[in-house]
Amino acid sequence: MQALSTIHSRFVPLQMENVDTDQIIPARFLKATTRDGFGKNLFRDWRYENNDEAKPKADFVLNQPKYSGEILVAGKNFGCGSSREHAAWAIQDYGFKVVVSSFFADIFKNNALNNGVLPVTVSENFLQKLFAQGEAATVTVNLEQQTITIDGTGEQEKFEINAYKKTCLLNGYDDIDFLLSIKKDIEAFELQR
Amino acid sequence: MSKTLFDKIWEKHIVKEVEGGPSVLYIDKHFIHEVTSPQAFKGLEKRGISLFRPQQIVATADHNVPTINQHLPIKDELSRLQVQQLKENCAHHGVELYGLGHPYQGIVHVIGPELGITQPGMTIVCGDSHTSTHGAFGAIAFGIGTSEVEMVFASQCLMQSKPKLMRINIEGELNKGVVSKDIILHIIALISASGGTGYFVEYAGSAIRSLSMEARMTICNMSIEMGARGGMIAPDETTFAYIKGREFAPQGEAWEKKLAEWKTLYSDADAVFDEELHINAADIEPMITYGTNPGQGIAVNGKIPSGSDNAKALQYMGLEAGKPLLGMPVQHVFIGSCTNSRIEDLRMVASLIKGKRKSDKVQVMIVPGSQQVSKQVKAEGLDKIFEEAGFEIRQAGCSACLGMNEDKIPAGEYCISTSNRNFEGRQGAGARTLLASPLTAAAAAITGVVTDVRELI
Repeated sequence: MQALSTIHSRFVPLQMENVDTDQIIPARFLKATTRDGFGKNLFRDWRYENNDEAKPKADFVLNQPKYSGEILVAGKNFGCGSSREHAAWAIQDYGFKVVVSSFFADIFKNNALNNGVLPVTVSENFLQKLFAQGEAATVTVNLEQQTITIDGTGEQEKFEINAYKKTCLLNGYDDIDFLLSIKKDIEAFELQR
Repeated sequence: MSKTLFDKIWEKHIVKEVEGGPSVLYIDKHFIHEVTSPQAFKGLEKRGISLFRPQQIVATADHNVPTINQHLPIKDELSRLQVQQLKENCAHHGVELYGLGHPYQGIVHVIGPELGITQPGMTIVCGDSHTSTHGAFGAIAFGIGTSEVEMVFASQCLMQSKPKLMRINIEGELNKGVVSKDIILHIIALISASGGTGYFVEYAGSAIRSLSMEARMTICNMSIEMGARGGMIAPDETTFAYIKGREFAPQGEAWEKKLAEWKTLYSDADAVFDEELHINAADIEPMITYGTNPGQGIAVNGKIPSGSDNAKALQYMGLEAGKPLLGMPVQHVFIGSCTNSRIEDLRMVASLIKGKRKSDKVQVMIVPGSQQVSKQVKAEGLDKIFEEAGFEIRQAGCSACLGMNEDKIPAGEYCISTSNRNFEGRQGAGARTLLASPLTAAAAAITGVVTDVRELI
């Protein structure tokens, strides 16, 4: 997993609530047996008319050149529905390193963290402030300090992340590295049950 | 100190607490399927490690399999490769596979319980959000992502933070025509598609106690649709009677020992929950959804609510606020999925439509949840009833619930579905899904329009 620390970037505002993982990556793209290449199908049916790459939907944010960056900002309950990790892979493969929302569905949040994509939960108020920014606005997400700042106005919010996950992200470790290191404890646990 | 059902099971499975972080939770059973496991097997191979406890894993092929001609090679190349990959991975790593053609094959959340693999007090995971289904037996069961599948492969453990706990109490008797699907759609409409996020839910109360295991599974299955990580119901005599004698259920002395243990699995009288909800069963009516998340549901005879957050959904669905759904034509009826494809669901449908013929204007597809359910359908002669009604009976799989195989609803058409998600494009690009109970779906199959099933019984 790639280490993550500070991201300074413009952002793509997806002003929608309850964005489910079927929208992030529709089921018909889940037939792959590797983790690669999902980015081109990210939000596939919102992005293209009749599934046709030659016909991008002009009103969808990913098709608007004025928006870009490594940060996706979305409405509340982002990533609800299916547990498909392909959703996190698609977001990462497209080039996003951070997703900001006023809250995330649990499974998506874990999937993102397990892939080095940082879910940043902000207040509804701060989220609306982000949506109110112009397209040139930039944001700084500092994982070490656990802060997100709108660079233009200096407005800042702290975000929560548990200490263990934070260390994993900062160092690019994953849970398997840790679990393998405590295998003796696991075996001992099995014996005493 | 008094404990909740969840606490009792959780505490017994903690291997280690991690400072400032999640707990190391031991997993008893791990179900896998073809779609969310291949990358996890690849990950293990990349790390050069083997499966830690292959005998605690059970595999099946369900999400991406055809529901006709399962004896023939799968036509779609990518699907064929994915199913083949599962077969190779299981053979290579020594995992029991109930693949296509096996008498135990079926939707993972249908076969676990019907084989007696799912038992009270267990921790159960699967790379599928509807793993919450198994909670109906008084287990901690939840869906995980593929990285987590790999963690369980590697260590039989997961790093998990303890969720908050919610109890939903449903007291009283259900009205005529109201079944467990209506209970859960009512709850989700009440607290919204995100109202349970961060929580594990225990369902309790006299209305829940009176339900069969199949009906309880339907409720726990859709816990994820309100954002909850899982749902659970304390095991009781109904649970024990269901499990007893099944293929992998404990037997003889082992049964007695387990039974004594299972009988301790309930929330103590003064156990405290972070959130508690009380619902009167008599307030629940047959439900149907009008929107594009499962929280957008109304009583079948109600009117579509207005409200700005509905606008996008209503546009997709081609519906108007303020209008009723009753009487609206539908083109498809889908009866299946891990929510409602068990024998009891199909009996319910058969009892309503017996001797009747479907409307010429609808196509009706019944997809039993497993090979065993299919077998039972034939043994009880339900297949004759369905055939006479003009319903098409398919072979087991997830089918049109998620539109991954060729069973899709065409763009713009309406489908009353007994499945669990009405998301945009879920049943096929542009498809419009109305979630309902097997009874309400069966009623629409006969009339060709959204119907209040109470008028037919």
